[in-house]
Amino acid sequence: MSIVIGEVAEELRPAEPIPEGGHVQGPRAGWRLALSSFVENKLAVVGSGIVIFFVLFCFVGPFIYRTNQVDTNLLNSFQAPSSQHWLGTDSYGFDELGRIMKGGQAALEIGFLSSAIATVLGTLVGAVAGLVGGVIDGILMRFVDILLSLPLLFVILIISNRYNGATVLSLSIIIGAFSWLVSARLVRGEVLSLRVRDFVLASRTMGANKRHLIYKHLIPNALGVVIVNITFQVADAINLLALLGFLGYGLNYPNVSWGDMLSNALNYLSDGYWWVVYPVGICLVLVVMAFNFIGDALRDTVDVRLRRR
Amino acid sequence: MPPVLDIDHLSTHIQLRKSVVQAVGDISLTIEPGETLGLVGESGCGKSMTGLSIMRLLPNGGHIVEGSITVDGVDVVKLSEREMRDVRGNDVAMIFQDSLTSLNPTMTIGKQIAEQVRRHRSVTRKVATERAAEVLGIVGFPRPRERLANYPHQLSGGQRQRVMIAIALSCDPKLLIADEPTTALDVTIQAQILGLLDDLKERLGMAVLLVTHDMGVVAGRADRVNVMYAGRMVETAPTKELFARMHHPYTQALLGSIPLLTQERHERLFSIPGIPPDLTEPPKGCRFAPRCTRATDQCREVEPALEPASTDHWFSCWHPVDGPIARVVVASPTAADANGSGTGVTATSVGGGAAPAPLAPAAIVPERQWEAGADDANLLMIDQVVREYPVTAGILQRRVASVKAVSDVSFTVGRAETFGLVGESGCGKTTLGKVIVGLEKADSGNVTLRGTDITKLGERELRRFRRDLQMMFQDPIASLDPRMRVGAVLREPMQVQGIGTHKQQEEVIAELLSEVGLPMNAVERFPHEFSGGQRQRIGLARALTLNPQVIVADEPVSALDVSIRSQVLNLMKRLQQTHGLTYVVISHDLAVVKYLSDRIGVMYLGKLVEMGSGDDIYHHAVHHYTAGLIATVPEPDPSRERAKSEIGIRGELPSPVDPPSGCRFRTRCPAAQDVCAEVEPPLRLFHPGHYAACHVPLQEPMPEDGNEPAVSAVSAPSGL
Repeated sequence: MSIVIGEVAEELRPAEPIPEGGHVQGPRAGWRLALSSFVENKLAVVGSGIVIFFVLFCFVGPFIYRTNQVDTNLLNSFQAPSSQHWLGTDSYGFDELGRIMKGGQAALEIGFLSSAIATVLGTLVGAVAGLVGGVIDGILMRFVDILLSLPLLFVILIISNRYNGATVLSLSIIIGAFSWLVSARLVRGEVLSLRVRDFVLASRTMGANKRHLIYKHLIPNALGVVIVNITFQVADAINLLALLGFLGYGLNYPNVSWGDMLSNALNYLSDGYWWVVYPVGICLVLVVMAFNFIGDALRDTVDVRLRRR
Repeated sequence: MPPVLDIDHLSTHIQLRKSVVQAVGDISLTIEPGETLGLVGESGCGKSMTGLSIMRLLPNGGHIVEGSITVDGVDVVKLSEREMRDVRGNDVAMIFQDSLTSLNPTMTIGKQIAEQVRRHRSVTRKVATERAAEVLGIVGFPRPRERLANYPHQLSGGQRQRVMIAIALSCDPKLLIADEPTTALDVTIQAQILGLLDDLKERLGMAVLLVTHDMGVVAGRADRVNVMYAGRMVETAPTKELFARMHHPYTQALLGSIPLLTQERHERLFSIPGIPPDLTEPPKGCRFAPRCTRATDQCREVEPALEPASTDHWFSCWHPVDGPIARVVVASPTAADANGSGTGVTATSVGGGAAPAPLAPAAIVPERQWEAGADDANLLMIDQVVREYPVTAGILQRRVASVKAVSDVSFTVGRAETFGLVGESGCGKTTLGKVIVGLEKADSGNVTLRGTDITKLGERELRRFRRDLQMMFQDPIASLDPRMRVGAVLREPMQVQGIGTHKQQEEVIAELLSEVGLPMNAVERFPHEFSGGQRQRIGLARALTLNPQVIVADEPVSALDVSIRSQVLNLMKRLQQTHGLTYVVISHDLAVVKYLSDRIGVMYLGKLVEMGSGDDIYHHAVHHYTAGLIATVPEPDPSRERAKSEIGIRGELPSPVDPPSGCRFRTRCPAAQDVCAEVEPPLRLFHPGHYAACHVPLQEPMPEDGNEPAVSAVSAPSGL
């Protein structure tokens, strides 16, 4: 047995000194990490593509593919797709493709607007309930419970029946006013779990007030679930709008929604006028699905806890 | 007799999305029947993966690349998944760290044990239940038959770990793999569980593979020890031989970085610079070379093979060492510590030669110069603090009881002093820490800092006052906002207090980073991009930003690896010295507390039961709880560990909702008498500055001044 117990001299120390705390790995911005994980999700990329396509299609499309969507022309009704009317015409003689664009505008506008209303309202109520707690939390959440137990569709039908002349704005407000409940619950839960986390305690030991806690820690950290929820809310709003339209409580002339179009068209499906049903139906399904894809991918992306080092 | 387990050149890799982690590289080991083999190393060095490879329970993407694992003559690597299921739980059983997640919460423990028996033995349900009761008895459950109907949540952590062991034992395995079996448990329970494992090994003659990061645990329990680093086996030897004459510098450093109870506390701890390598791209030569002080070009180019020093002692190193480092790393402090309540730590360079010189305090956060005076000894006064949490029931939230977290605790901490609080989890030490920094309101009592009672301050005044009372948290990842870059994290305290311009704040941040030993580019990073030790440095830097008087450190190093732990401990000591900080250190680890603290308070179930200097507590413990606590701390010294005859403290912590009458420790105390149940013992003086509350103390108290009550209680016969 022979062990060489080498007396290693001082000059044999590592060539370059290591920082006392060790090196820090190379720079990677948070948003880039998020983007890369978002892009890795193929469905999310497809979903974003579809949404971008539809935004361009509905809002830029009418400037390229010009159609008359104001005057009915019964002589021109139920034309089959041709070079003049790419997707044919409907029962009033409106160009179907142009009509889908116009309906899409309404769908996207109402989708975004109502989800914006719902998110702001829901986040506010949820954050207050979660942070303040106690009696206020109890009252707000019972209020949410009561609203959730109302048959939403009835209420909307009654309101839109009572006030004639539904516009994009009024419908957005109605839908928004009824869909903030879910986000209020979500945000409250998130805030409840965040407010007892160590980094919030650390901030309190520095002397931070409630305002600072809300803006610096609670909102940025709860934002993830809120953003994810927005996408699902857009999808839900578009579906709800279609349903209202289908039931005949949608937008009034000259506005149109995909729901109205479907409801009109179904009467003629048996007559073989397929172009008044399938294109608009496919559009509706595609847009709603795309928003759901994006929501799923965002959920994975914004959650820092899931990120790989 | 053939070995129970024979691992031959095992390599296990884990496939990630873009890279391969070489978790285990070319490991060989054997375990004889009835032998305990300790597998030690830091987290991420492959010891758990070795255990999981034997069970073939690797995480997603994990696979055995080459080598063989022979269990009782059968190579399990070649078995099919179906055949493997017959081996698991039958020939080889495994217990894990977290007994709560390892048990099914919806099944009674009796069913869970019986299920295992019926899986491997063709027996009736009745026989299996019999067996379940039998093994529960073996692992130390009184009245096991009644316990069969319990659900996991009805048991304490220690009891659940006993159930896990019972499940593992139920089919008489030849090999038991214990993966950090006691890491999640209190020291007192840890000693009980380790004692149980030892006892079972003796009685049942099985072999045990004890996977742990704690050198103290293997010192007392293992027959042989294998040291792993970065997926490689670097040294293996019989336990005594390894601790006395290790040859690998990593083994030496690992042992050297653990604070010892016997250690002179002004000595700087040995620490290993840097962090373990990334195993997706392991270094070419010796994997320890980048952190090794003895590394040469040879080490960086060629990997050393495992060579024998004697028949049973193998190591892989080009420049081996011989034996542990002497514990005097830094020259003893000079006369400077004679100056009253000074820290007594003299200027010593810290941190692998790369430590920056102490910087002048930032101009914009004024270092508050207090006139030296009598106040220095009473900087922080905790006076009869009580904190109880109500337990409510029913829809009316009627208060039915209260959790007595902190009951009437008083102590004083002087300027630049460190006060340590120790005790089992649930003894109220963390609650007390939160009361001190003002995160929790005391129900009664006062916390006075420099003459100002913070419990009486209004919300607004308290916010301004908080800059003097900062906190360091246990979990460095949870205490940093995941959405804030480090720059923003360090800027936040100054923003909150409205101090300095943007540019001045930036200067302070730069100073803080260099002071805690982090590179400047850290400012741009998010917390998740750092290692555990680095995050704790950030946490410390943040606590320092406002130049506080007092830092309450709640388990500052419990979440860190041994080698990183000593870096942070050294850093805390250095910062105390350069900033004149006062620490209140809260920990369950007596060795850490003793190393950091000038004075120590021992808490039990909300009460301060003993208080004194580290030497008072360690060498002249008065309270039976303190003595038991010291006995249960595993020490990295085989001869001392084996000399310990008893298990320390019996039983488990009673509920703080309904604490025992009189002395709260009496239910677990070996010397309890009638008087202990009737009269609550007062704190009595045993030595200047050394107090304890016990009717039957381990030594005689100093004569009373005469005006303190409850002296009569001492007349009870002592020392039975």
